[in-house]
Order: sequence, then C-alpha cells, then structure tokens
Amino acid sequence: MKRYSLHSPPRETGLALLTAAMLAGMILAYPHMASLRTLTALLDDTAILILLACGQMTVLLTRGVDLSVAANVALTGMVLALINHHWPERGVLPVLLAAPVLGALLGAINGVLVWRLRVPPIVATLGTLAIYRGLVFVLSEGAWINSNQMSADFLDLPRASWLGFTVLSWLALGGATCMGLWLHYSERGRNIRAAGDNPDAALYAGIDVGRSQFHAFVVSGALAGLCGYLWVARFGVAYTDVAQGFELQVIAACVIGGVSINGGVGTVAGALLGCLFLGVLNNALPLLGLSPFWQMAVSGLALTIAVVFNARAQSSGKRSFIQSPARGSAQ
Amino acid sequence: MNKPLSQSNQPLLTLSSVRKQFGGVRALEDANLELHAGSVTALLGENGAGKSTLVKILTGVLQPDGGEIRINGSSVRIESPRAALQLGISAIHQESVVFGALSVAENICINARPRRRTPLGPLLVDWTEMRRRARILLSELEIDLDPDQPVSELTIAQKHLVQIARALNGAHRIVIMDEPTAALSRRETEDLFRIARRLQNQGSALLFIGHKFDEIFALSNRYAVFRDGSTIAQGLLRDTTQERLIADMVGRIVEQRFPAPNPHLGSELLRVEALSQTPFFRDVSFSVRRGEILGFYGLVGAGRSELMQALFGLQAAQEGKVFLDGDAVDIRSPEAAIHNGLALVPEDRQHQGAILDLAITDNISLPNLHRLGCRGFIRRRRERSATQPLMQYLQIKAAGQHQRVRELSGGNQQKVVLAKWLATRPRLLILDEPTKGIDIGAKVAVYQLIRELADQGIAIILVSSELPEVLGLSNRVAVMRHGRVRALFEYGQAQPEQVMRAATGAGEYA
Repeated sequence: MKRYSLHSPPRETGLALLTAAMLAGMILAYPHMASLRTLTALLDDTAILILLACGQMTVLLTRGVDLSVAANVALTGMVLALINHHWPERGVLPVLLAAPVLGALLGAINGVLVWRLRVPPIVATLGTLAIYRGLVFVLSEGAWINSNQMSADFLDLPRASWLGFTVLSWLALGGATCMGLWLHYSERGRNIRAAGDNPDAALYAGIDVGRSQFHAFVVSGALAGLCGYLWVARFGVAYTDVAQGFELQVIAACVIGGVSINGGVGTVAGALLGCLFLGVLNNALPLLGLSPFWQMAVSGLALTIAVVFNARAQSSGKRSFIQSPARGSAQ
Repeated sequence: MNKPLSQSNQPLLTLSSVRKQFGGVRALEDANLELHAGSVTALLGENGAGKSTLVKILTGVLQPDGGEIRINGSSVRIESPRAALQLGISAIHQESVVFGALSVAENICINARPRRRTPLGPLLVDWTEMRRRARILLSELEIDLDPDQPVSELTIAQKHLVQIARALNGAHRIVIMDEPTAALSRRETEDLFRIARRLQNQGSALLFIGHKFDEIFALSNRYAVFRDGSTIAQGLLRDTTQERLIADMVGRIVEQRFPAPNPHLGSELLRVEALSQTPFFRDVSFSVRRGEILGFYGLVGAGRSELMQALFGLQAAQEGKVFLDGDAVDIRSPEAAIHNGLALVPEDRQHQGAILDLAITDNISLPNLHRLGCRGFIRRRRERSATQPLMQYLQIKAAGQHQRVRELSGGNQQKVVLAKWLATRPRLLILDEPTKGIDIGAKVAVYQLIRELADQGIAIILVSSELPEVLGLSNRVAVMRHGRVRALFEYGQAQPEQVMRAATGAGEYA
C-alpha cells in the first residue's frame, strides 16, 4: 500500500479529510459528543458495513458485483440462530467457525454460476439474492428467533470489550487489515486485481479470469457469513427481513471509497473510508433533525457525487491515453 | 542482412498441417512453420492470411482443429496461455496488453511473481524482489522507467516496452513478436532490434511478424509466407528477393472473376480537399463520380477506416473541406450524413453493422424509421412491405423476415446490413471491408451487387484489404500508408506488386 501512496494519494486523502471535517463539525455543533465513546460507537455501528464492503470490493475489482451479500447475511444468521437455539450447550465457538464456512459456500454458488455457467454476475447474484431470502423464510417458517431464544455467550461475544474496542470493532479492523494484506501480498489477490484491470491481458499472462472471479465471490460470501452471526447477535433477533436492502449500502460505501464499478481499481483503505463516511453521515443527519427519508436522499446524493468524481478521474486518464504520441510518432 | 548463423538441423519448433476453423470460416488450412534456435523467422502475409490465428495457437489462446506442434522433436499440446509460458513461448503483442492500475514492476513480473518464504510455504508476493528484478530487466533493455509507476501513466510506446520486458522475464526459448514496431518510433525500433539480436545470440528462436520490408530484411534470416491460411513458401531470406516475397503474398493471378467496371461515369458527386485528423490521416484529397467505384487499399492502421468515419460524421475532421455536388458540407453526425445521402457499411459487422438479436425487418428499417412512421409510431405493415423487395433483391437466405440476424450466415448478415443502408436510398455508399470473413460464394454475390449499384448511379467507396477485390472492382484505387494517400491507380493499370509496394513502403528503403 506504500506503493500507491507514492503516485496516487488524492482520492483517499480527500475522502479522509471530508469525513474528518464532518466529524469535527458534528462535534463542534454538539460538544457533548466529543468523547471517545462517540468514536467507538461509530466504529461499532459501521463494523458490519466495513466487513461486507471488504468482500464487495473484491468482487467489484473483478468487474463483478455481489447483490446477494445481505441475503447471505440473513440466511447464515438464521441458520446460526437456529443452531444456537437447538444446541445452546455447544457454546459460541462452533458458531464462529461455521459462520464464514457457510457464507463461503453460499458465495461459492455465485462463483460457480459466474465462472462455470458464465452467468453475468449481476444476474447470478440477483437470482441467489431471492433464493437465499426465500430459504430464510422456509427454514424459520416465517417465525422470529428472539434474544430470549439464544444463549447469552452467543449474544454477548460481539459486545465484549477488549482494549477499549468491542470484539465487533476488532473483527472489522482485523478483517480489513487481512483483506488489504491479502489483496496486496497474495498471488490470488494480485490475480483478482489483474483480472479485473484487463481481462484480455490477464488471459495472455496465464491468469484464469473466471477462477479469480470465483475466489472473489467465495471471499465475499465468507465475510457475509461472519456478518450473519454478528448481525443476529448484535441486534438479538433473526427473521426473514434481516439486512433487507443492505447490499446497496455496501456497494455505495465501496463506490464512495473510490472502488471502480469497471474493475481493477480500488483499495481496502478507500472502502474503509467510504464506510466511515456513510457512518458519520448516518450519525450526523439525525442530529440535524432530518427525517429518515431526507437521510436516504442525502446518502444518495453523496453516492452520485462520488460516481461523477470517479467517472471524471477515469475519463481524464483516458484522454491522456489518446493524446500520447501514439501513431503520430510511428514514422 | 545478418551474418549467417551456425544452426543445428533440427528446428526448435515445428508446425505441420495445422488447421483452425471458426464457424464456416477457415482461418488456417495448412499452416507449416519451422523456428530454429538462434534465428529470426519473418512471417509474412496479407491481412487475414491467418497470422493472428497462428500466434493465438502458439500462445495457447486457441486450440488447433488438427495438425501437429513439436518442440525439440516431441509432440506438444499448448492447452492454455500458462502452458505456453511453461514451454518457454512468450509473445509481444501488437496492441499493448498491460494492466493500467498495476505498477511497471508487477506488469513485468505478472507471469511469474517472485514469492517470499513463509512457515507455510512460499505464499506471499515478494515486492522487493519484484522491483529488483524489474529494475534489472529495465536496465538491461536500457529503458528508463520507474518500477513503481502505474502503467496507466505511461505513453503507448512505453507500455509496449513494458510488455517487451515482460516477455523476457522468465524462460523465453521462443519469442513471438506480433508487429511489435507499429507503436514504436524509429529509435525505439532500433532498441527493440538490439534486444532481438541479443536474444538471438543467446539461442532463442524468434518469430517476427511485420509488414515493413526494411525491418524484415534488417532483422530476420529466415522467412515464411502465408496466404489464405496456408504456408506458401518458407526458407532462408538470403535465397529470395523482395519481389518474390510480394508475389507469394498476393498470389500471382487474380483468382476471382470480377465484373468489369463501367467506363461511362456520371458527374462528380463527392470532392474531399486536404482532410486531416491527427494522428490518423493527413492531407487527404480525392473525388468520386456518380457510378464510380473508388477503391481504398492499405494495411491495417493506414487510416482508411478513420477517414471513412470522418466522412460519415462519426469523428470530426480537424481540417479540410468536403463538397457534395459542388456544395461545401459540414457533416458532424451520422444523422447529418444520412440526411445528405451518405451510407456507411462498417467493417465490424457484428458490433457496428447489425443488431444481432433483432429480426431482419427491424434491422433494415432502423435508419429509415422516420419514413415508416406515423406520429411517432411505426407502421408495421409499411415496414414489412418496405423490407420484402430488398430481401428478394439481395437474395437474403432466411426463414422469414422475422428471423433474428444472429442466426444467419456471415454472408447473409452482411446482406442485411447492405439492405439496411440501401433502404435509405444513398447517393454515396461507403463499404468498409464488405467481404471480410464471408465465404467465396457470398463474396461473388456481393461483388455483383456492388457493380449493379454503381451502374444505377450510386457513387461507391470500397475500402478493402483484399488486393484482388480492390483491383478487380474499382475504377480507381487509392493506396494509403501512414495516414496519407501514397498512390492512385486507374483500372487495369495497377499490378498487385506495385500496389503492395505503395502500401508497405517497400522500395523506398531499398
């Protein structure tokens, strides 16, 4: 990541400054907010968004999109809640292990559809989104699993505090760090980036583009599975409509963070900042007394502005591509 | 020419009777090729002779339908680009295939990223080693680039150099150079040749694909000529001449029968004066009369397609004037071009010409909807009755008007595109590679049609890379190279060799 800071600092720093400015403005207007508690609460609120955005950005890097993440959260969350409900004596550890595995399986289904059956990612995950949501209803028979039906250790783990942060926050920070390192230092991570940057060139370089997409979907699914547990435990309830529509916020956070929908471009740091930006926005707007509907509109506006910025950054890059002395100097 | 090298008799790589077919089109019919260690083999052939397909087979992107590939005498299958790299076959491609968002170092090492040891095995990418390796390769090639720079910030020529460095990272017994000099300046070309000679001295076998004879003779010592997917000749370059090579490339006789052009032409319809659009074409002037067929010949990248797109208003020309029937016109959009009676049948039929998933009728009526409409709604019956006679006239073979264009053969797809533009009743019809990739029977039908349209008084511009076609059909042939019209031949005056020479610039260097 040191590598990128050498040549392309502006996007992430700009967003970081903007997020910090909003936070500072919020604290200046409401001095009672100026406490460490505000910051840790903010991180707690955005932790699940951060984990999901790390997975989503990996898929976006390969020129794909994963619309099924929120449905994956709901389905894994429901399965884990049911397991805990029926076998509370087994404790939280098996649940913690099963969550990413189950999520990865659901992600692998997306991956196989895209890689082997060549279904476009948006269509494949639109289909699995509906299937996974439907399965939540089938499994629970439409019933809710409430906090009194889950064991205490299951519910308390995400909220447990360690060195000033909750386990939930630590998982988000650790997950983001691991994803950043993985994308930067692992062969698979590099292949994912290359395959989305230029699939033709990747083919010639001996990289299996479809397999890279598959890997991205599996990673996205595993993180969604982990979030399935975190969501259900944090809010103390599992039902069919858990995280309904949340996939759009996840994609929005990535795009605001400078991850390109066209693949190949984007950093974990950017996605993280995109999440924090949305988190601050969602915390600040209620303080201003805006109705929830206005909050949606303001989030949407932020997203649109981010997309325009990205498009302009990309087209200016293309312009220099044409202007370079290509065929003119071929004499 | 190079000094003769000592070579073993056994070739490093041998291709025998390799075949490849795409749908109904035979790209390679009988490809034979020998590459020797320590020698540079030039691969020559017209556009469409099968050179690109051959490169794709050697690099594992395509699988041959038949024939045999041997390396060091033993038969091999190159089942993927990765397998090709493992066999030591690397390629420098015509267009630069690089990763814009990745650094110069990673672009160079993308085939084989160095790993760092961890307790669990060599799992991590070793960025320090990657930079070091890139720096060594770049300095060996005397290329001054920062390994950490993102490739998107480089010029096209620099991107190409990065690609060359990549081809030399790792084993490279066989190096394929597919028109590597097209994007390079004179100095960069000399650098490339220096690199090529060093590889040659190190014992690599090089395959050099190019169109410029001065470069071919400066670099290579062996040659192979392809025509229509088959190897016509191969051997040592010192045993042949430029004239022999050109004759082999174009074929000695014009093989198809063409209806002779009409000598009685109408008044001048189009006049173009000093049209320029850097970097594609410069200072182009010509005129076309009613009933005339004006051919445009040149190699890929000579600027012909760009010139036609400028005439049709797709890309505004920067300088120059265009007159229609003596009146100056300024055509800035395809809509304006259609309004002025122009029609363009584009080169890329599947992407620019036809909408494959629409019915034949819908395709044909697309540019004519204003004539078929009634207060914004399309009259289906009028649409059908307008299409039917055209389908009959062009003898489009289809199950019916509502068949999707995707389901038709290449020749019939092309006829649908032609019908679409004929329905606009154009005064000037521009045809860009109208017979590309269609079988011989359909070609003859298209030739007949072009001739008939000219006889009806339509002015026709025929852009084609097939020499017999351009020479057989056109009243006059303009030859373009590097964005300029280099020569203009009258019907019957041009010999294929002369035209080829004007297109390649051969002879200017001899």
